[in-house]
Amino acid sequence: MFYREAGNFKTTYADDMALFPLPLTRYAAMALLILFALIVPLGLHEYYLSIFNLIFIATVGALGLNILVGWTGQISIGHAAFMSVGAYTAANLATRLDLPFWITLPAGGLMAAVIGAIVGIPSLRIKGTYLAIATLASQLIIEWIINHTPAISGGASASIEVARPTLFGYEIKSQRDLYFFTLFFAVLAIVATMNLVRSRVGRAFIAIRDQDIAAEIIGINIFRYKLTAFAISSFYAGVCGVLYTYYFGIANYEAFQIVVSIDYLAMVIIGGLGTVLGSVLGAAFVTALPVVIRLVVEAFGGYIWDPAALSAIAASMRLVIFGGLIIFFLVVEPEGLARLWRNVRNYFRTWPFSY
Amino acid sequence: MTFRKSLRTGAVALTGLLGLATLAQAQDKEIVIGAQCDRTGPTQIVGTVLCPAYHHYMNLVNKRGGIEGYKIKLIEIDHEYKVPPAIEAHERFKKEGAIMTSAFGTPQLIALLKKYEEDKMPVTSPGIGSSAATDGKAYPFVFPIAATYWSQAGGALKFVKDTMGGSLKDKKIAYIFFDNPAGREPIPMLEELSKKEGFQMRTFGVPSPGLEMAAQVLDITSRFRADFVIAHLFGRAPAVAIKAFKAKSYPLSKVVGLTWAGAEADIIAAGGFGVSEGYHTIQYAGVGSDFKVIKDILAMLKEAGQTPGKEFESTVTFNRGVYQGAVHAAAIANAIKAKNGAKPTGDDLRKGFESVSALDPTLDGLAPPLKLTPEDHEGGGWVQVWSIKGGKFVKTADWFQCYRDDVLAHVAEENKKK
Repeated sequence: MFYREAGNFKTTYADDMALFPLPLTRYAAMALLILFALIVPLGLHEYYLSIFNLIFIATVGALGLNILVGWTGQISIGHAAFMSVGAYTAANLATRLDLPFWITLPAGGLMAAVIGAIVGIPSLRIKGTYLAIATLASQLIIEWIINHTPAISGGASASIEVARPTLFGYEIKSQRDLYFFTLFFAVLAIVATMNLVRSRVGRAFIAIRDQDIAAEIIGINIFRYKLTAFAISSFYAGVCGVLYTYYFGIANYEAFQIVVSIDYLAMVIIGGLGTVLGSVLGAAFVTALPVVIRLVVEAFGGYIWDPAALSAIAASMRLVIFGGLIIFFLVVEPEGLARLWRNVRNYFRTWPFSY
Repeated sequence: MTFRKSLRTGAVALTGLLGLATLAQAQDKEIVIGAQCDRTGPTQIVGTVLCPAYHHYMNLVNKRGGIEGYKIKLIEIDHEYKVPPAIEAHERFKKEGAIMTSAFGTPQLIALLKKYEEDKMPVTSPGIGSSAATDGKAYPFVFPIAATYWSQAGGALKFVKDTMGGSLKDKKIAYIFFDNPAGREPIPMLEELSKKEGFQMRTFGVPSPGLEMAAQVLDITSRFRADFVIAHLFGRAPAVAIKAFKAKSYPLSKVVGLTWAGAEADIIAAGGFGVSEGYHTIQYAGVGSDFKVIKDILAMLKEAGQTPGKEFESTVTFNRGVYQGAVHAAAIANAIKAKNGAKPTGDDLRKGFESVSALDPTLDGLAPPLKLTPEDHEGGGWVQVWSIKGGKFVKTADWFQCYRDDVLAHVAEENKKK
């Protein structure tokens, strides 16, 4: 009833190729955009915006990893290392050459893309868990190189402070300013990915994921597309790293260690492999759920436990509940949160006349 | 209802809902402190002791009647040693009206350095670092409040020098460290001192997670044949190091560990006090429970009918939590006095910190004779040496400052680069 497809006739090629072909999805997308671009930033306290900021930055990184893992079927445990490549590239450019963010940001992405493509070379020969180990090695190698090269890391403490980004002389500083900054790049990344995966390149990625030998037989250059996938994925990671750098005001490789790679892998798996929505939901789930759990435990835990010991309990409860919810969602729907949403949507497609 | 109107009602409803969900805001006669902690992540060995100790001390302060009529409200957030949750925690503290915070973990501190300054919120980072933050002019809102890694390294070297008869000329000193920024921080300092004192120094990095160091230890004991070893290790690495030196029959009385390599938990993990006989540790707070403040805390718990938790077993880390709390309390007292009883802001509290010189007298020997000034946010860089003798920690050297001029010169040089 709500999600009606009947009666939507496409009369032009442009209509047929639209990102949101149905009026309802178009309106929904517009409504979401208004919600996140106007209502949320103007209506909420800065504290909540800081959580949104973290989600938006994570979304960019998760989309990048999803392109590689979800669409191309190549696993990577080195995603955080590519973020650090982007972060240090941007930080060095910003401090040494005094470049503005709209140059350092793509530069960080491009540098990460180059390194990512090099790291992707083993993927031509090895697959699955073997590739996982190769990318794991790249994570450690990149970490080590940054850590031991003062020219990159900026000295013994391996951190480079960068100034806040400025746009036409306005310093993007408060959480609210940064909200618009990160939102812009998150939306850009979402739209770019939606378009990428239905292009020639995206279809080649999917063909490689589904059956690489078959893909090769129908004329897809596996060498080129696998490296492209690594490069694009790392570009997103690099941009994500640059966003973190501007958000923290400092580039520090300790924010991009292997645990972070695992976190991002968790985001795309929980959210749903090979879906844009999944990356967004996964990023939100992993970033915000621990916070929500803590707020709930703090608000209601006092009735169950001793209030004095609550902070210790909240920390442990957060881990227990968070772990439990991951298992719950993956058991309910192994294909992730995006699939769960699609199931709901499909139900309402014919509701209330489903027979 | 027009579209714009519905938009507005929607926004109002949304904010209202979220407003309901938030907890009670700060009250008038209450000072809110935000404390970051890691009770569940890789450094929980410290967090599960230090944070409860800090809570106990603040409860004691409240029980004694608060500070100048103000009660302390402590909000603790566990960040699992991850950076994004630490950012969220900081924003939460701000929202709850916190006027100061206590940091936990070097990466988290570094990621928030800019925020602390923008938000004018003083932060303390005892033993966590940024040695460069000793200079209060360069980092007005960061207070290391205890000997930084540079001062610790200087202290260790002074101790080595005294142990070896007052001269380091042509001696061989090995520096074994956890290969991360915090572990490497003392190296430039030690290199400078090696030129000055004329000893030979070599560094041995242990890669993360620091559970395998047989090769480095073999190198130190058999090839380099070090006369003394300075160990700067974290987490589970100190225990592994003690075992490795023991396995090579290297006398532990020639090993001195910096602050995070010398808690009871490390010694127990290495096989107990018997095994670790002779091992030296650098401390920035006193060791043991023989202090009035600890007895007061135990009495307070007894009165409330609570049994003391596991945290009391690790006195090294526990006392650091108490020490941190005492410095905070002293700073808050200073800030309130300076404002004649009015509620201080973050900036007032910064001035409060910068005039801390005397702490809660019940701490007696637990705290160093620190003196914070607008220039010196470290408070002098005092350390003690505690060694394991006869199955327990014994004080080998009382509070001393060491190579202070060299440390300060190094700080100045580091901040010039900034």
